[in-house]
Amino acid sequence: MTEILFKAIDTPNLTSLDVYEKTLDGYQSLKKAFEKTPDELVEMVKASGLRGRGGAGFPTGLKWSFLAKDVFPRYLACNADESEPGTCKDRELLMKNPHLLIEGMILCSYACQIETGYIYMRGEFWEYEELMDTAIEEAYAKGYLGKNIMGTGFNLDIYTHMGAGAYICGEESALLTSLEGYRGEPRLKPPFPAVEGLYGKPTVVNNVETLCAIPFIVLNGAEAYAAIGTEKSKGTKLVSVSGHVNKPGNYEIPLGTPTIDLIEKYAGGIRNGNKLKAFIPGGSSVPMLPASKADVPYDYESLMEAGTMLGSGALIVMDDTTNVVSEALCLAHFYMHESCGKCTPCREGTRWMYQILSDIIGRKGKPEQVELLNDICDNMAFKCFCPLGDAAVAPVVSSIQYFPEDYEELIASLKSEQPVGAH
Amino acid sequence: MFAFTEASETRIEKILAKYPESRKVSALLPLLTLAQDQEGYITPEAMIEIGKRLDVSPAYVESVCTFYTMYYTKPVGKYVVKFCINISCHLNGCDNLMEYTARKLGIKEGETTPDKKFTLLKEECLAACCEAPVMQVNNKYHVNMTPEKVDQVLESCK
Repeated sequence: MTEILFKAIDTPNLTSLDVYEKTLDGYQSLKKAFEKTPDELVEMVKASGLRGRGGAGFPTGLKWSFLAKDVFPRYLACNADESEPGTCKDRELLMKNPHLLIEGMILCSYACQIETGYIYMRGEFWEYEELMDTAIEEAYAKGYLGKNIMGTGFNLDIYTHMGAGAYICGEESALLTSLEGYRGEPRLKPPFPAVEGLYGKPTVVNNVETLCAIPFIVLNGAEAYAAIGTEKSKGTKLVSVSGHVNKPGNYEIPLGTPTIDLIEKYAGGIRNGNKLKAFIPGGSSVPMLPASKADVPYDYESLMEAGTMLGSGALIVMDDTTNVVSEALCLAHFYMHESCGKCTPCREGTRWMYQILSDIIGRKGKPEQVELLNDICDNMAFKCFCPLGDAAVAPVVSSIQYFPEDYEELIASLKSEQPVGAH
Repeated sequence: MFAFTEASETRIEKILAKYPESRKVSALLPLLTLAQDQEGYITPEAMIEIGKRLDVSPAYVESVCTFYTMYYTKPVGKYVVKFCINISCHLNGCDNLMEYTARKLGIKEGETTPDKKFTLLKEECLAACCEAPVMQVNNKYHVNMTPEKVDQVLESCK
């Protein structure tokens, strides 16, 4: 089994710098990196094929190369606002191996000539803020952070910054807006953060898991990383397997592993000997798939071809006791609650979706409401200001597409229990 | 009246040092958090004080404060009990657990017990999905919850 991100993750006291250095060749990648020019490092990350692990899957090296030329200061914002339902991998990295993230941030900052980095953590992670602050202090004491790092003349400060409860702040432009002290509303793109990001300056926004993969690439070479995975989906991915499985957990897999293996082999199969009914492969913002598609390889291209997305790497598993309308309602409530209110299709659409699904679950639904639900989704998809609207639509549309009988069952039970017209 | 304590003042100094001097409004969320930690919720007086510190109006502070779900603008109980109600917890029976807790505390979701000890809230995904169902008490995680574990956690709240 290839372990890059979770290697020795359960070593006692791995959060301390000494143990990290002894156990994992911690901070050894810095020497190698400083022998190269920043541009060579960017090329190396490009060649590794690493893609953003937060959800969009954009090639990391390419993102770095888009920084506006010769504009300084530049900033790094590490996205640790993990809040995509089903996703809990960054939390495990943060709580168990904070130095891996710091090392990754140092490498990214050197490659992109950045002297200030922020770790934007969701407010609920306050327990890990202290842990991260302690790790940062240790790194300063050892000379890995601060002025003239290891005699190279390169300076870097890293700070933690806590959010306060808003899903939308995981969207990169909303994250920056929030970090600037505003309501966490997304910004129009372009300009992208690489050109005008934090405080209007060129900014790299990378997910925790993405940054944690950089030390391996620098230490072992781009080829070593690119040798893992499929032709286009390189490396390993952390997958949070949750829901109706015997052993829910975060598992590190080479990209391209069959999804069914994640469910059966890694997560110990479906609970209570039940059968698989449906799964959402990449967090709540992507379409769900029926059990018949569970042999799809878990990589960016294969999942796209199957009509869904890899997203943040959260595999949510539902067994055959589930009525998917109930789960669609659960997610519709979430998106309604988290819509920032900036644009109309999202603000109004998510509320409509929630109301209709509530009616259907409450046995007050009518057959034409399913059609209306599809129509609302159609009016939201790709018409909202930021991806939250598209995300809200994905689980609902796919639940209707693959499981119309679950809707029919709820609507039919209305007919049998209540004569039409009776209130 | 609202005033930051001496301990908070030390923290504020460290917080302000994180951001460029001309961008100190970046410290707004951290300062709101500090005020809430101190008082239990964010009072209008605290918003005025924070506005003064960061050179923004109290109205601006309020508009930001009310955007984020972790800030309380009304008093809450000594212990805020939050249940994740999102999909992974939903698939693992959070509804029953929340109902159980509400019955035990004798309050509904969103309410505070008469002795001001407990407030019960629903929460969206807490990013601990592989350990569902999940609950937080004053933002401390409690995972793989069962009714028995709820009893234990609530009893430990003195």
